[in-house]
Amino acid sequence: MISKIIATGSCVPDICLTNEALSQWMETSDEWIRSRTGIGARRLAAMPEPDANGCIRTHYGDSPLFTLAREAAKRALSMAEAQKGLAPEDVDLILVATSSHDELFPALACRLQEALGLSRAAGYDIVLACTGFLAALQMADAYIRAGVYRTVLVIGAEVLSRFVDWEDRDTAILFGDGAGAVVMSADPGHTEDGAGILGTVLHADGAGADALTGRAMYWNERMPAAIRMDGRAVFSFAVRRVPEVIRELLAGEGLRPDLYLLHQANYRIIETIAKKLQEPMEKFPHNLERFGNTSAASIPLLMDELNRSGSLKKGQLLCLAGFGAGLSYGAALLRW
Amino acid sequence: MFEKVRKIIADQLGISEEQIGENTSFAEDLGADSLDLFELVSTLEDEYGIEIPGEELEALTTVGKVVDYLKEQGANG
Repeated sequence: MISKIIATGSCVPDICLTNEALSQWMETSDEWIRSRTGIGARRLAAMPEPDANGCIRTHYGDSPLFTLAREAAKRALSMAEAQKGLAPEDVDLILVATSSHDELFPALACRLQEALGLSRAAGYDIVLACTGFLAALQMADAYIRAGVYRTVLVIGAEVLSRFVDWEDRDTAILFGDGAGAVVMSADPGHTEDGAGILGTVLHADGAGADALTGRAMYWNERMPAAIRMDGRAVFSFAVRRVPEVIRELLAGEGLRPDLYLLHQANYRIIETIAKKLQEPMEKFPHNLERFGNTSAASIPLLMDELNRSGSLKKGQLLCLAGFGAGLSYGAALLRW
Repeated sequence: MFEKVRKIIADQLGISEEQIGENTSFAEDLGADSLDLFELVSTLEDEYGIEIPGEELEALTTVGKVVDYLKEQGANG
């Protein structure tokens, strides 16, 4: 038995913060942000606005993460129903990759189980920041191969903007909110197109953990929630480890992916990785110019856009790679 | 060592080696930004098997200073 992605879905908030708008109240510019990150705008669950004292305030509605995750999942489930006749009771497990929970517990997966009417599904959340979707995908693939579950809904969703320090120019410009989802299903694996997950690899380098942290309110009574990043350490980590893990994934297979769907952190990182892999940039689709870094949501969000625009062709070899806080990194190879 | 470092920098920034001298400043003469330097440093670290700490980076503003630093660290080639 192998696992196969049978449907995709995604959702981003309507609120759009462009570099231009951001530079109205932050000491930065469209040119500066674009040239260093490739980001032009980000979608946010709430618009940050300076108050009379110049402090940045945001007003989120109830459970913004839940809302985005639910919509992305609904869209993936509708596609699975329309194309493969999937019924809600067919879903055995919901895995949600997120690092920006609305609440400490219950697991968002359980909230979604009720909201989506997936009566038979178990569910839980996985915290691995920008590598979260890769981890959830690997877990779903392993469960399906082992025969534990047949159909798994995998979601990557984030509202990291809630944890951004708007005083920190180096990180505040990077993040966007959003969600992406895929439905993975068991397949005998004997079909002529050979579609399915071919391999996954996941690693952690905890020695580098301090390079990228999001410490929450409860860390220290007086310490506000904030994302902190050592830009150089994260850049060096990404451009070293990602080509390495992709080579490990492809090792001995003699396979050359048609497309690389990389975590959308920074265009310059993607460019450097492409150069190190000696692959042309045409093989690296990207949407970070519109959405920024959506952490665990970035890969399924990109995959859904490509899928719905007809850019993914049957038989194509796709390499997915995630990297981020942990420091963690992973890659997956699949035939579409 | 200068020749080799020069070649690495030229490859990295997509410029010709002739544009690079000992006193060439990364930011002022070559228009390199912080991410270019991160990439360059990571290549040099791999090439010479050394680690360049973040706090050293700010002082390495010219090609000559990078070469001197690498020599101080006992890098060969």
